[in-house]
Amino acid sequence: MDFILAGLAQAFGLLATGDSATWSAVQATLKVSTCSMLMSMAAGLPLGFLLGYFDFKGKRPLRTVLDTLLALPTVFIGLLVYAFISSRGPLGDFNLLFTLGGIAVGQTILAFPIVTALTAATIEGMDPHLKLTLISLGAGRKNIIATCLWEVRFGILAAAVTAYGRVMTEVGISMMVGGNIKWHTRTITTAIALETGKGMFANGIALGLVLITIAFAVNLSLSFLRKQ
Amino acid sequence: MKRTRLSFKTLILLMMITIIPLSAATAQEKKLMMATTTSTDNTGLLDYLMPLFSKDTNIEIKWTATGTGKALKLGERCDVDVLLVHAPAAEKRYIDAGFGKDRREIMYNDFVIIGPAADPAQVKGKTVKQALEIIRDNQSLFLSRGDDSGTNKKEKILWNQTGKPLPEKENWYIQTGQGMLATINAAEERMGYTMTDRGTFIKYQSQKGGTAPLQVLVEGDAILLNQYSVLTLDPKNCPNAQYDLAMIFSDWMAGEKAQTLIKEFRLLGQPLFTPNAK
Repeated sequence: MDFILAGLAQAFGLLATGDSATWSAVQATLKVSTCSMLMSMAAGLPLGFLLGYFDFKGKRPLRTVLDTLLALPTVFIGLLVYAFISSRGPLGDFNLLFTLGGIAVGQTILAFPIVTALTAATIEGMDPHLKLTLISLGAGRKNIIATCLWEVRFGILAAAVTAYGRVMTEVGISMMVGGNIKWHTRTITTAIALETGKGMFANGIALGLVLITIAFAVNLSLSFLRKQ
Repeated sequence: MKRTRLSFKTLILLMMITIIPLSAATAQEKKLMMATTTSTDNTGLLDYLMPLFSKDTNIEIKWTATGTGKALKLGERCDVDVLLVHAPAAEKRYIDAGFGKDRREIMYNDFVIIGPAADPAQVKGKTVKQALEIIRDNQSLFLSRGDDSGTNKKEKILWNQTGKPLPEKENWYIQTGQGMLATINAAEERMGYTMTDRGTFIKYQSQKGGTAPLQVLVEGDAILLNQYSVLTLDPKNCPNAQYDLAMIFSDWMAGEKAQTLIKEFRLLGQPLFTPNAK
């Protein structure tokens, strides 16, 4: 019980005193998760839109594949990315192993199906009368799509937040691809794994609280956006 | 509506700000990537030594702490530039296979068998061989790292010496698959025996404020010596590995300054490693 309370106290201490190792991990986490979320949005949003907006042959099997990808274990992605970017791997020349860039690649693979599936679901769940109304008002194809996108902006925002939460909290990819290198690729989650491994539970709990605080701040700022 | 759009823009701007340093950080000068064992990292030795190395040589060193087995694999695949490991037999095989070039002995400590202070199997003061035989006969709980690390390799050799196969499938033989400190903590939770290097054990003791539930029970056999070495990769196998920088690291570690620093690295007043570079 003691170490839980000690962890709480320590969490505030770490943040308040600006502990450099903690801030380095916070920074690494924010950098890499923001980067991978943006990349997965760039790829997932258009695809999700196409999947949700248009009807075509083979749509259902495609959705099934996509839904299966939602369950990809992070350690498997880690293993896959590791194999590809290791210097003996096909992408070895990019020198991505043990870098934040490498982690970002893995996390993008993790977030991409989430963004795509959620975007597609949002578009599908759009009010079916909207399109008809727009057509009857004489809107062109471009206008229709633009208006539809504007209407589902909160759904897309939700997809982004979900993806962000997932990549920020994963540990398998960061550990395997990043190597948990202090000052460089040590994220909050790999730091927690390390501290727990060392038996420093209070440190682990403190870092966990830091992570929850960040997640809370992200969600708070988004709900603020939504209200406006 | 207008205000919302503006906020979206601010949001994107914020994201850009966090990403720009990511790309900027990739352009830097001399960097050395090392794979090492959990003991050098867990004990805090590297946190203590490496900033001084960077200061002296202007080489930024990054390390990933894994077991010696995986560290050797990382070197074999050319994913790192230099290794700091502790499994002499495996290291020699590694060099013979054409993966490693120079091997330089840097420091040593010793392995010990630790267990509950009450010592349920009564192994205290016995030789390693006797102790393991007693543990096997009594089916006392024994925790192994089971991760092919240097410690795990040594432990397997010791079991081998008892003349019976590794108790891999026995209920009382638990393989944690984790680093040394994690395994010691698991042994404490289960009140079992385990084998560790002395440096990590002292670190564990210091975390418990000097009164740890687990104690050293078996020590002192010549076979328990634990030699750490720096290994450079063979440029023929890994032309892209930074052989020159790896040699600078190796020289520095074997040099007088680092050797003195290693000697002075203590916890609870006890040295964790003994320098022995020639």
